[in-house]
Amino acid sequence: MSSHSSVLGPGVTLGGGETGLAGAVTGAKPPDSPRDRMKAQRFQDALFHQVTRFFAFSVLAILVAILGSLLYGAWPALKEFGAGFPFSSDWNPVADKFGGLISVYGTLSTSFIALFVAIPVSFGIALFLTELCPPRLRGPLGIAVELLAAVPSIIYGMWGLFVFAPLFADYIQPLLSATLGNVPFIGGLFQGPKNGIGILSAGLILSVMVIPFIASVMRDVFEVVPGILKESAYGLGATTWEVVWNVVLPYTRVGVIGGVMLGLGRALGETMAVTFVIGNAHRISPSLYEAGNSIASTLANEFAEASSDLHVASLIALGLILFFVTFVVLALSKILLMRLGRLEGDKT
Amino acid sequence: MQTPVATKRDMPFSQLRGEPSSVVSDDAPPKIKIRNLDFFYGSFQGLKSINLDIQEGMVTAFIGPSGCGKSTLLRTLNRMYDLYPGQRATGEILLNGRNVLDPDQDVNALRAKVGMVFQKPTPFPMSIYENIAFGVRLYESLSRADMDNRVEWALRKAALWDEVKSKLNQSGLSLSGGQQQRLCIARGVAVKPEVLLLDEPTSALDPISTAKVEELVHELKSEYTIAIVTHNMQQAARVSDYTAYMYLGELVEFGLTDEIFIKPKRKETEDYITGRFG
Repeated sequence: MSSHSSVLGPGVTLGGGETGLAGAVTGAKPPDSPRDRMKAQRFQDALFHQVTRFFAFSVLAILVAILGSLLYGAWPALKEFGAGFPFSSDWNPVADKFGGLISVYGTLSTSFIALFVAIPVSFGIALFLTELCPPRLRGPLGIAVELLAAVPSIIYGMWGLFVFAPLFADYIQPLLSATLGNVPFIGGLFQGPKNGIGILSAGLILSVMVIPFIASVMRDVFEVVPGILKESAYGLGATTWEVVWNVVLPYTRVGVIGGVMLGLGRALGETMAVTFVIGNAHRISPSLYEAGNSIASTLANEFAEASSDLHVASLIALGLILFFVTFVVLALSKILLMRLGRLEGDKT
Repeated sequence: MQTPVATKRDMPFSQLRGEPSSVVSDDAPPKIKIRNLDFFYGSFQGLKSINLDIQEGMVTAFIGPSGCGKSTLLRTLNRMYDLYPGQRATGEILLNGRNVLDPDQDVNALRAKVGMVFQKPTPFPMSIYENIAFGVRLYESLSRADMDNRVEWALRKAALWDEVKSKLNQSGLSLSGGQQQRLCIARGVAVKPEVLLLDEPTSALDPISTAKVEELVHELKSEYTIAIVTHNMQQAARVSDYTAYMYLGELVEFGLTDEIFIKPKRKETEDYITGRFG
């Protein structure tokens, strides 16, 4: 009511006589002068500005806080083992000797396998969904891909251990041994115990987990390519493959690499599914069939039963390394994007 | 009212005018012969029984209000509509005597022969040089030196060489809008097509760039057969030899540009050209 009368202005209260005037004095505010309104708007803008800035900077603060607490927690281990910690393959809780190499190797190799498999497959999925798929199938298939991303990782882990690993051991591993296993240089990677558990299995499970991420990002960025740009390439007589490879992919490279990074981020940090199938053995072997350990799986396995302070500190140091690896990977992707941009030529 | 017109429209153009053409001798076969062309977007009919000849070495302009089917007609000529399920064309489009609507037609080869330039400049996300070389590489494998020559040749054709010769390695996106559009024309010319389709090539350009593109059309027509869609009637009058006026998916009138603009045979055409309609 009070706001209503203030909208109508003083004329109403004047015409209303005695009672109206009384009402205006008690309930209604006089209308704001333009100067007051401007002041109020300035204040709102400033408030909004401060609030959003606070949110943005709190991200930075949290990042610094995490880094700080990781450093603090890892300090005893870093002091004891020095800068060689990430490169030492010792991991002996009994003798209190720790090093990060085994876990780092496990994390990097499983993530590499995951991306090696997932990138081409995701590219194929995105390509099919955007360029080749009949419109009727586009919706259902796209939703299926997205649902795959929503499956909890524990399900992937269980499925990996109870379904995938036995089948992998019985059919795929012998096949790979008999074929790729005989190729010079890389043959050794595909020889060893065929029990379905190990680095390769973990990498493949990871690839299944990251495919939906990469594929749906790729599909989304492929979809925003202007039709007219694709038509101009088709108009020169290019095939679908040539259009996608030479025009769509360069046009969307920022988004595509972003999607790959999203997948890689998940692969590097994935804990549950990897822990189930990687075998959890602290050793590095030349074969991808052998059991190993990733940073995340080591942490998940050992945190609860870490006895000595040095053991705990070493585990936190592993977390710090994971943080650092992620950072390096992100930086590398930025450099890659810059180099690709230079390949295309200057924009100015 | 419709029947006499329909039969009239079926007659060859020179016959319709009742005199042998001074520009093209009657026995010169048209580059593109369109017969009874219908086009459908799903169940909507976008083109209705189009009959039209496009002469070799001439510029044919398509004018008409928005949605009249002129761009649609252009897009049937290189079967661009093939990219979109639900769009189909029936009838005949004879290019050099071969029906391009034939399912056996190699669509990619067709599009290499029938180049296209769009409303908006669409440089590929690569260098200026690569923008031109991309299309050439699809069908020819040239040595580095030959490719350099081809790129220069195409850029000269598009009157762009002098402006970009010192920055061929820069991104095509670094050029101005008018330059980008000429780059797209150069790209289309570089693959040496027989026919060049221009779909409102100057609608996004300023008057100076527009003038350059129009000049270009004039230069290019000695070697290419050009079909241009335009909303700008002065442009149609300036650049074309033949003009087709379309309305609601039908070809209303087709003839020499001079005649269409000075003495149109149909009332609808006259109304459109004089601005009383559309």
